[in-house]
Amino acid sequence: MNGLSRFVLRRLLGMVAVLLVLSVAVYAAFYLVPADPAQLACGPRCSPAQVAQVRDQLGLDAPVWAQYGHFVQGIFAGRDFGTGSASVHCDAPCLGISYKTGEQVTTMLWDRLPVTASLAFGAMVLWLLLGVASGLLSVLRRGRLTERALTALTLAGNATPVFVIGLLLLLLFCAYLQWLPFPSYVGLTQDPQQWFWGLLLPWVSLALIESAKYARLTRSSMLETLAEDHIRTFRAYGVAERRLVTRHALRGALTPVIALSALDLGTMFGSAVLTESLFGLPGLGKLLVSSVAIVDLPVVVGLVLVTGFCVVLANAVADLLYATADRRVVLS
Amino acid sequence: MTDQPATEPLATEHLVEVRDLTVDFPVDGGSTVRAVDGLSFDLAPGAALGIVGESGSGKSTAAYALLGLHRGTGAATGGSVRVAGVDPLGAPEAELRRLRGGLAAMVFQDPLSSLDPYYSVGDQIAEVYRVHNRVSRRAARQRAVEVLDRVGIPDAARRARSRPHEFSGGMRQRALLAMALACEPRLIVADEPTTALDVTVQAQILDLLHELRAETGAGLLLVTHDLGVVAGSVDRVLVMRDGRAVELGPVAEVLGSPREEYTRELLDAVPRVETARREAVELRGTDQPDETDGLDGLDEPGDDRPVLLEAVDLRKEFRRRGAPTVNAVDGVSLTVRQGETLGVVGESGSGKTTLGRMLVRLLDPSGGRLVYDGREIGRASERELRPVRGELQMVFQDPVSSLNPRRSIGESIADPLRAAGERDDRAIAGRVRELLDLVGLNPDWYNRYPHEFSGGQRQRVGIARALAPRPRLLVCDEPVSALDVTTQAQVVELLGRLQRELGLSLVFIAHDLAVVRQVSDRVAVMRRGQVVESGPAERVFTAPQHAYTRRLLEAVPVLDPALSAERRAARAVPALEATG
Repeated sequence: MNGLSRFVLRRLLGMVAVLLVLSVAVYAAFYLVPADPAQLACGPRCSPAQVAQVRDQLGLDAPVWAQYGHFVQGIFAGRDFGTGSASVHCDAPCLGISYKTGEQVTTMLWDRLPVTASLAFGAMVLWLLLGVASGLLSVLRRGRLTERALTALTLAGNATPVFVIGLLLLLLFCAYLQWLPFPSYVGLTQDPQQWFWGLLLPWVSLALIESAKYARLTRSSMLETLAEDHIRTFRAYGVAERRLVTRHALRGALTPVIALSALDLGTMFGSAVLTESLFGLPGLGKLLVSSVAIVDLPVVVGLVLVTGFCVVLANAVADLLYATADRRVVLS
Repeated sequence: MTDQPATEPLATEHLVEVRDLTVDFPVDGGSTVRAVDGLSFDLAPGAALGIVGESGSGKSTAAYALLGLHRGTGAATGGSVRVAGVDPLGAPEAELRRLRGGLAAMVFQDPLSSLDPYYSVGDQIAEVYRVHNRVSRRAARQRAVEVLDRVGIPDAARRARSRPHEFSGGMRQRALLAMALACEPRLIVADEPTTALDVTVQAQILDLLHELRAETGAGLLLVTHDLGVVAGSVDRVLVMRDGRAVELGPVAEVLGSPREEYTRELLDAVPRVETARREAVELRGTDQPDETDGLDGLDEPGDDRPVLLEAVDLRKEFRRRGAPTVNAVDGVSLTVRQGETLGVVGESGSGKTTLGRMLVRLLDPSGGRLVYDGREIGRASERELRPVRGELQMVFQDPVSSLNPRRSIGESIADPLRAAGERDDRAIAGRVRELLDLVGLNPDWYNRYPHEFSGGQRQRVGIARALAPRPRLLVCDEPVSALDVTTQAQVVELLGRLQRELGLSLVFIAHDLAVVRQVSDRVAVMRRGQVVESGPAERVFTAPQHAYTRRLLEAVPVLDPALSAERRAARAVPALEATG
C-alpha cells in the first residue's frame, strides 16, 4: 500500500521535527532560566571552587548553542562529562546525568518505563472493555432504566478525580476487606501473577474514570450512526434491531474510540502522576514529582522529552488507526 | 402465514392494498403534521405503480408505510395497509421482518449513504439474504455474487469484496438492486432510485429494473419526482399533492390527457427536451429581426452581438501528490455574446462546474486564454481583476448551503455591495430592496433569514445577490436542479426576464438537457473536460453531430410511454449485440 507507507514516512519526519522543537523549548526553559545549574548540581553547601569544577565538568562554560549541541549529540552518539580521570562517559542515547544520584538519566527512565507502561496499557484495555460495553448497553437499552442508570454512573465517573476513587478502593479492598494486597510493582517477567494483582487496583481506578468518557463517546457515535441512511436500509431488509446496533452501529463507533484511546494512552505516560503517587508505584510520574521537588534538571528534561515523544507517537498511531479503520479517509 | 384466505379474500387478489392511509409526524410543541392524508390504492401482483409528486407531497412517506418503516419513529399511522398478506402497520415484529426484504424489498435513493461504508458490498447482501434464508455464510456469499452478476456488475466474484466507496454511483445503485433481488421479493419499492444518477446511467438502471421485473414477476412501486421516469417504467400512476391523491390512472392517460388541473400544471412545468425553446421566437422577434442567422454554425457569423467573453483552449489541471493529474477542463474554447445564453451540458465529472468557475475566475486556469470585454483576464492578478469582479457573477446550485444561515437575506445580498466599497447604509438598503423586487420577492423581507424561505425563494435570493454588483455575465451552475419542476419553471422564467431587462449574458450549466434546451441560444456539450459538440441550441438538439450527444439525448426520459418503450427496445438491441 503505497499511500500508507508514504503517510507513515511523512508522520515519522513530522515527529522528528516536533521532538526537535520540543527539545529546544525544554532545554531553553530549564537550563537558561533563572538559577545557576552548576550551583543546583553541586548542592547548597558547595564552595565557589567546587561549583566552578562542576560547571566545567558539565560543560556549562560553553556557549548556549554549543551546550544544546552537546545535548543533542549525547542523545544520538553519547558524550563524556568532564575531562581526564574525572570524566564520566554517558552512553547514547544520553539525556544527561542526575544531579542527585549521578545515575544516567536514560537508565533511570528505562527502569521506570515498564511500570508506567504496564499501568497505562492495562488501564486502557480495561477502560476500553468497560467503556465500550456500557456504551453499547446503554444504546441497546435506550429509553429504559438501564440507560438512565448508566448515564448517571458515567457522569459520576467523569466528575470523580482518580485520588478519590483510588483511595476509596484502597480502603475497601486492601484495608477493610483485605481481598487484595496493597498495590506494588513486580516486573511482568519476574512474576506475572504478582504483577497482575499488584496493578489491579490502579488499573481499575484509572479505568473507572476513563471509561466514563469512552461510554459517552461510544454511545453518542453509535446513536449518530444509527440515524444514518445505511441503518435504514438494513432495517428495511428485516435485520433485527439488536444486530443493527451490535454489527453496524458499533463498527462505525469503534473508529473514534480507538483513535481517542491511542491519544489517551500517550497522554497517560505523562499524566499518571497522581495514580502512581497514590499507589506508590515507581513509575515515570512518581519520578517526575520527586525530581521536580529537588530540581534535578536533567531528569526533568529527560522526562518531558520522553513523555512528549509518547504523545507525538500516539498521535501518529491514532491517525493511522483512523485511516485504516475508515479507508475513505484520505491520508494527507 | 396466519391469514386465512377464506376470511381475507382480498389478500390473494392484491399484492398491495392501501386504504385511507394517514401518517402524522410529531412537530415541536406537541402538535402533528399530516404528511399522508387518506391515501388509497391497490397494486396487482406483478403490476407497476408510480407515485409522483413534488417534494413534501408525502410520496416517500406513503411508500415507507408499506414496509412499516414508520414504526418506532414517533410517527402515527392510520388506515389499513396489506402487503403480500401482511399488515406492516400492526404485524408482530417477527412477521414484519419476514415482510421486509423477503416479500417486499426497498431500493433507496442515495446509493452511497444507503450502504454500510465498513463492510463489503457482497457481505451486506449476504447478511440480508441470511435474515430470510437458513443458509451458511458461504452459501449466502455465493448468492450475493450471483445477484451482483445478474445486475451487471462485471467480475462480480471479485467486486463483491469491494466496499461501497470503491464503486461508481451507477454500480452502487446496481448493488442496491441486487440486494433487493437477493430474496426474490414479490414487491420492489423504489424510492427515487435514479435521482442521484447521470442521465445515461439512469436509463441503464431503469432498463435493468424493467428486465428484472419481467424475469421475476415482481410488482413495482416506483416513487419519483420525475414524470419522465414513470412514463417508461410503470402501468399506472398516482399523482400526489399535500399528502392526498390527486389523480390515479393508467400512465398513458394520466400523462397524455390528465383529468385534474394540478396534473396538467405539473406536466406543463416539465421542461421537454423534444420541444423548442418557448420564448426563443419571442426573444428573437424583439432583439433579433433575422432569426435564421442563429442557425448558421458554431460561431454564428450572422450574430452581430459583440462577444463579451471568449475562452481559448482553456485548461485546468488538478494535481495531487500520489495521484495522477486530473485534467478537469482539457482545452475548451467558447464564446459568450452580449445578451445571449450559452448552455453547458454534461454528466457528472465532465468538468462543467470547473469550467464555470474559471469563467468568472473563481478558479485560476492552468492554461489557455480568457478574454473578457477585450481584456485578457485568465492570468490577471487579483488586483487587476478588481474592476471586473463585479461584472462576472455566479449563481450556485444549492440555495441552502450557499447562503449564510445566520445572516438575514438582506445582509447576504448587501455583501457584494459592501465588498465593492459602498459605505452608505441607506443606499445599500435601497439597492437591496430594489433587487428583492427585481427577483420577485417582497422588499420588506430584508430582515428574514434563509430558513424562512422555500427552495425556490432561496434561489431567488441567490440570484439577487449575484445581481447586486450589476454584472454583465452571470454563470449559473445547476441553478434549478435542486428545485421541484413547478419552481424550476418559475426560476427559469425569472432568469429569462432578467436577461431581457438587464441585457445579461448567461452561462447556464446543467446536467438536465431539457432545461438547457428551454433556456439556451447556443449549447456546448461537455465530456471528460472537453467540448464534444457546440452550436445553436436548435441544431444540437434536433440534429446532434456527435455520437455522445445523441446518446445523451436518447437517454432522457420522455413523457410518452409508447415512445419510451420504443427507445428502451432500441437501447436493448445494441446491448444484445455487444454481449452476443
